[in-house]
Amino acid sequence: MPLRHRDNDAKRRPASLSKPHPCLKLAEPMQMPSEIALAAHDIACQRGGRTLFEGLSFDLEPGEALLISGPNGAGKTSLLRQIAGLLPLAAGRLGVTGADNDTPVSELCQYVGHLNAIKTSFSVGENLAFWAEFLDADENALPQALAAFGLTPLADLPAGLLSAGQRRKLALSRLFAAPRPVWLLDEPSVALDTVSVELLDAAIRNHLTAGGIAIVSTHVPLKTKFSQEITLGQERSI
Amino acid sequence: MSPAVALLVRDVKLAWREGGAIGVVLGFYLVVVAIMPFGLGPDLNLLARIAPGMLWVALLLAALLSADRIFHNDYEDGTLDVLATGPLPLPLLAAIKSLAHWLTTGVPLALMAPVLGLLLNLPLDAMPLLVATMFAGTPAVSFIAAIGASLTLGLRRSGLLLALLVLPLYVPVLIFGVSTVSMNIVGPGSPWPPFLMLTAISLASIVLAPLAAAAALRTAMR
Amino acid sequence: MISLANPTRFLNLVGAVVPWLAALIVILLGTGLYLAFFVSPPDYQQGETVRIMYVHVPAAWLAMGCFLVIAIAALGTLIWRHPLADVAAKAAAPIGACFTFVALVTGSLWGKPMWGTYWVWDARLTSMLVLFLLYLGLIALWQAIEEPGRAGRAAAILALVGAINIPIIKFSVNWWNTLHQPASVLRVDGPSIDPALLTPLFVMGAAFAALFVLLHLLAMRTEILRRRVRALQQTQVEHAVLAGA
Repeated sequence: MPLRHRDNDAKRRPASLSKPHPCLKLAEPMQMPSEIALAAHDIACQRGGRTLFEGLSFDLEPGEALLISGPNGAGKTSLLRQIAGLLPLAAGRLGVTGADNDTPVSELCQYVGHLNAIKTSFSVGENLAFWAEFLDADENALPQALAAFGLTPLADLPAGLLSAGQRRKLALSRLFAAPRPVWLLDEPSVALDTVSVELLDAAIRNHLTAGGIAIVSTHVPLKTKFSQEITLGQERSI
Repeated sequence: MSPAVALLVRDVKLAWREGGAIGVVLGFYLVVVAIMPFGLGPDLNLLARIAPGMLWVALLLAALLSADRIFHNDYEDGTLDVLATGPLPLPLLAAIKSLAHWLTTGVPLALMAPVLGLLLNLPLDAMPLLVATMFAGTPAVSFIAAIGASLTLGLRRSGLLLALLVLPLYVPVLIFGVSTVSMNIVGPGSPWPPFLMLTAISLASIVLAPLAAAAALRTAMR
Repeated sequence: MISLANPTRFLNLVGAVVPWLAALIVILLGTGLYLAFFVSPPDYQQGETVRIMYVHVPAAWLAMGCFLVIAIAALGTLIWRHPLADVAAKAAAPIGACFTFVALVTGSLWGKPMWGTYWVWDARLTSMLVLFLLYLGLIALWQAIEEPGRAGRAAAILALVGAINIPIIKFSVNWWNTLHQPASVLRVDGPSIDPALLTPLFVMGAAFAALFVLLHLLAMRTEILRRRVRALQQTQVEHAVLAGA
């Protein structure tokens, strides 16, 4: 059910155009169904009988990013999981415009949660190749996806040998192996070193430039311009 | 490769690679069958009479032992979340993972059963039918196990709980599987009616069990 | 022994020994099979099927002997902490399982004409089956633990427990068996055996033992190389970290 809110037009900004760091090689912006807009209207979340948040709305145009902040347990992860379709909405609606009418929101989202979704007995390359196949993406993008976070030299090694930071990068490479218009990133910078955080930051900006949407929950300051910010754990936030 | 095929291939590969999962299941099957005569005595006539039942019960236990593999690992490492955002509806996802479990558990167990049948002095001419009943019945075993595996996802002592939940559901499979073979050996009557019932149970499980498993998965992922 | 503690020297030694050992096996096995098939007389009761014994009995010896090797290697792992001990134990287990399997299959084939069925819960065969299960357990434990050091120690403990248990198992199986049926039919390797059968049996035994040594050395070499590959992969990951990946 596509719907579109126009009530907070004032908050819309042009997509961030800041240039990536010159020394960082980045994958080319992916082709994606352009002009996807995502809107939430009055959504609420309940966990274990407790209302984590309610009456939450946002409206993201193509190229816009949303930052979710708030203390632990405020429902940041729950909100991301609701958008990814993993958690039911206690109230409200979530809608997209610009996609085929029958595409569910969850299939437009690439969700990178706390867990990395890596099989330790598969090689780095096999892990990514599986996600590209399963999420119905173009497998020719795999070399680029491996290169996005510098994992190309590790492609043939078992993922079980990777360090925590490398595993996180492998999880984030999924964003490139199976490109989707909406990125849902839950604390993406955990275990990453400074250089990798910059790579991630630049990757998000590139994604926005290409018309994508990013919804990020993070405690690390990023250079990405977030057009909106939601602070959970407070009364009636936006 | 389509997403469904990719998932099936991946699950089968994982079963091969992760600590020889298939080998352990087969070894378990062998151990359970091999120790029973120590309790019953080596009387070949007695063993031959109870062989179909012992082979089936041991097969159910072996299949159950590996049932939490269907969803557990994917749940623990976050894979299930990403799978759920994929193009496959959840029931189809559950069906494919059950099918992978059947290919890596039911099929090898069924193929091994005649060897164990030798140990129990099962008549040679009963072997083809034994394997046939196991091929017909083990899909039900895997697909029903998937319900238990999704219900106990992330719970403590999930393995024991899984057995408690699922073994009663295996009663019809056991009854028709065993009676097909023993009808063939000692009668009375034709082995066909129980065999067709067994096949019907499997077909119904293939259709219905993924729906239940998907519903349970949805609650587990919350 | 000290020189063998160095895996590289061990690998060189294996390379030097393998051709000689292979030649020895060809000679022993050729002689043994010739004696077994053409020289030794058929049994007055069992006829030609007695020749299965020349494969079955040495395989059974090696099945037991191999567990002894594993048990000694387990002591080496746990007490002397010899670097090659757990490699030796790990390499021996699948070979021992194969010899046990050969003993089981040949025993079953041998039994068919005598008993009219492929399997009887005879004391010897049953003990052999339990031994096979112990081997499977050992192999499975090695497969289940990824870190080689921990896997080696865990398997060593299991191997020693198994080695202590084997005589008890053998005794209890014998007791269980005589409880249910009179003395076993299989008495060929008892003291009453005819000397004309003994020579080919011992030659075959020597051939199987040499075969075991060869397979064991090759398997140990494979295992050492596998660990080196793993170590190389680990350094590759570490280098990637330094390179900023």
